[in-house]
Amino acid sequence: MAGYALVTRTTNQVVRNRGEGLHRKLISLASTAAIPGAASAAYSFNFPEPVTPIARETLHIHNEFMLVITVLFVVVFAIMIYSMIKHRKSSGHAPAKFTGPSGAMQWLWALIPFAILLFIDFILMGIPAVKAIVNMEDTKTQADIVLKITGMQWKWQYEYPEAGVKYISTLATPRDQITNTADKGEHYLLEVDKPVVLPVGKKIRILLTSTDVIHTWWVPQFGVKRDAVPGFLRETWVLIEKPGTYRGQCAELCGKDHGFMPVVVRAVPEPEYLAWLETQKAEAKAANSGADRIWSREELMAAGEETYEKICAACHQPNGQGLPPAFPALAGSKLVNGPLLGMDGKIIPDSHVDRVLNGKAGTAMQAFRNSLSDVEIASIITFERNSFGNKKGDMIQPAQIKALR
Amino acid sequence: MSTATTHTAEHPAKNYHGGWLRWLTTTNHKDIGTMYLTFSLIMFFVGGLMILAVRAELFQPGLQLMKPEFFNQLIGVHALVMIFAALMPAATGFANWMLPLMIGAPDMALPRLNNWGFWLLPPAAILLTLPFTLALFGIGDGALATGWTFYAPLSVQGGMGVDFAILAVHILGISSIMGSINIIVTIFNMRAPGMTMMKLPLFAWGWLITAFLLIATLPVLAGAVTMLLTDRHFGTHFFDAAGGGDPILFQHLFWFFGHPEVYILLLPVWGLMPHVLSTFSRKPTYGYKAQVYSFIAIGLLSVVVWAHHFFTAGMPVPALIYFMFSTMAISLPLAVLFFCWIATMWKGAMTFETPMLFALGFIVLFGVAGLTGLLLADVAADAQYHHSYFVVAHFHYALFAGGIMGVMTGVYYWLPKWTGHMYSEKLGKLHFWLTVLSFNLTFIPQFFLGLAGMPRRIPDYALQFAEFNAISTVGAFILGLSQLIFAWNIWSCVRGGDKADSRAWEGAEGLEWELSSPPAHHTWETQPVIK
Repeated sequence: MAGYALVTRTTNQVVRNRGEGLHRKLISLASTAAIPGAASAAYSFNFPEPVTPIARETLHIHNEFMLVITVLFVVVFAIMIYSMIKHRKSSGHAPAKFTGPSGAMQWLWALIPFAILLFIDFILMGIPAVKAIVNMEDTKTQADIVLKITGMQWKWQYEYPEAGVKYISTLATPRDQITNTADKGEHYLLEVDKPVVLPVGKKIRILLTSTDVIHTWWVPQFGVKRDAVPGFLRETWVLIEKPGTYRGQCAELCGKDHGFMPVVVRAVPEPEYLAWLETQKAEAKAANSGADRIWSREELMAAGEETYEKICAACHQPNGQGLPPAFPALAGSKLVNGPLLGMDGKIIPDSHVDRVLNGKAGTAMQAFRNSLSDVEIASIITFERNSFGNKKGDMIQPAQIKALR
Repeated sequence: MSTATTHTAEHPAKNYHGGWLRWLTTTNHKDIGTMYLTFSLIMFFVGGLMILAVRAELFQPGLQLMKPEFFNQLIGVHALVMIFAALMPAATGFANWMLPLMIGAPDMALPRLNNWGFWLLPPAAILLTLPFTLALFGIGDGALATGWTFYAPLSVQGGMGVDFAILAVHILGISSIMGSINIIVTIFNMRAPGMTMMKLPLFAWGWLITAFLLIATLPVLAGAVTMLLTDRHFGTHFFDAAGGGDPILFQHLFWFFGHPEVYILLLPVWGLMPHVLSTFSRKPTYGYKAQVYSFIAIGLLSVVVWAHHFFTAGMPVPALIYFMFSTMAISLPLAVLFFCWIATMWKGAMTFETPMLFALGFIVLFGVAGLTGLLLADVAADAQYHHSYFVVAHFHYALFAGGIMGVMTGVYYWLPKWTGHMYSEKLGKLHFWLTVLSFNLTFIPQFFLGLAGMPRRIPDYALQFAEFNAISTVGAFILGLSQLIFAWNIWSCVRGGDKADSRAWEGAEGLEWELSSPPAHHTWETQPVIK
């Protein structure tokens, strides 16, 4: 079988705009036809290079089984094609009349393929498969690190519970590349603002859940794919053997931007990982302390705009017009232009603050209380109330959000 | 069989309304069969147009033609249309036309139910596709956008297209259950005297198992989508963890129907194959009993393997191992069928008219579906294949090469009987070769896309997937356009052509070939006696 060595995509390839891309493709198609093999660098015919024990085992099993089914296919259809050539009316073959096996010899011939298949199913393929399953589901033995992954429409949140670090990772590909108004970069649709960082050579237990619909976390080179189910924890594990950047995508249809929530993992040596974790802890501390001081309106508006672009704009659109009816407009919205807090300083049910903190059941509007910081929530609310033509003129402090939680 | 009520005896043959009222009120199995088949052909093109739009979008990376929301609607409705409105009605059309002719019955057992069963289909198809049109007028946000699988909670969150699809599925389900009851009653009660169950044509056997599977599993789907409806509108929490429910429950219920559905679509085709192979090999069917027992075994196994459709959802190890081995076990009776098909051809005197070509194409390409299915059953490797284009390619080998090409086999095989004319053999062969080549051009690249890591149901993709997607789109457009030849060939065969004999094919055996082509409006009013 073709090994994974075939997967050698040129790394600095940048597709120009659409017209040129097509042009390039036609040339490459033509050259493929002319010199077979010469242009095959861009075509991958098997799994990408495995970097975990599970992925290696999977590739091995896949290659072995492909071989088995290819042999089955060739043998069975060679017999059929032989018959099609030999037993034609035009070659004067007189039809036989038999309707089943007759005699011990023919029964033997009829049962042998059956026995072979039984052997292939339950011994040849079955035993390695069971071993692989047991290995794949071995999430109970001691892991070195726990990583909690939360899927949300349409981004991933990564949390390191032991270190108290968590952040959201979203698509970094600019909008104009998707709409074909700019050149597409090398890692088009497979790049994020903040990749998840993991040490190599450590067993990492991964816990998965979701805040809204079912997502599936998938990195092909890890051989790991597991659903993130809202309200439940699922587990899997990885042990990355080689430093590098590994890319994957959400694999379960999760709504409009399902195709735009990539997974990027940066695997680094342990010391580098620990150093990175320290900087994350410091950043988290700084972000949390944000709730302890008074923010000016300008500061909140600037921070709010930035966070809005990242978290809210996919649904409510950069101009706040939304995509009704699924994603309501914020511009001129009754809810956004309603009162900020009740007379008693508490949250009014179904108000702007309530919606951002607690979401709305049965819709794509999720509860952001667990995924965003006080500063982020306060700045988003302030920004939304004073943008897109909304002129409430009020603002809410991170400290207030902290108190309201 | 003298107890069988012959509906036709009460109905003089001439007692028909003229014009379109005839079609609205007909209880004649041939008329109803024709309507089913026509409806199926129209919906085949509707579903095909949807997926060509999808393939056009996927021709190049980047969003060119449509928004992701609309893309998601097209893929799901494409699947529902192809499965419920093209493949299933085609098989029911075959059953209506051919079962009474093949078993020597004057009509279907329940003719009025038969009429109703058909006339439920057009409203259901309209319900399914109406939200597209409504969205154009600013009502709602389009059709079902969850894929055909309706997975909760995405479907709980979706717009009114989900409600339309739920109601459409209900109506389609009622229609299928009525059709199944009719077929079971007809086969059990209206066979010609002397035709024991073990002399029943294999096509009837295939349909009998399909009918039982439909009755066993469709109510589960109806239940699942009703629970979804109440979750959406009446505050229940079947699939909502916050209320004590479980989203994965929906997947269990859906695939308890969904997996047998694959065999529901394929068993009538498997029943048809021995007839075609035996006809064009001029040799009796090999292993009749073995095929009957295989049908039954596959029917039974098909209801105990459902969870292999969501291996990645997280399951205990024993469950994974059980569902893997039970799935692999299906390959055994399936291998018996392949063996019998090839043994039927073995030492025959073969000719290669269009139906035979489609039957052979079916065997080879459906073989690809079966063998890749063996790979997918393996839980460990499935983690890589799952939700990827590998699966998309696999089930199109099962449902296009297995289902649709099987239906095409039947259409070419029986067209002379239905119309009394021979179709154009030249166009038929052209249609076959274009279909087979472009089908492979479309779907072989998708196997590689899946292995390289391209997920299903994405409207835009990373650059490393560009080449194979471009090839696949080219293949899909050739495949789509080739089907116009099919439609034209059927149309001109209905309009005229060389006269077909009652035994249209030299090697054809069976009661249906004893009747004139086309058969009279009422046939077998006196049942033949089988010795």
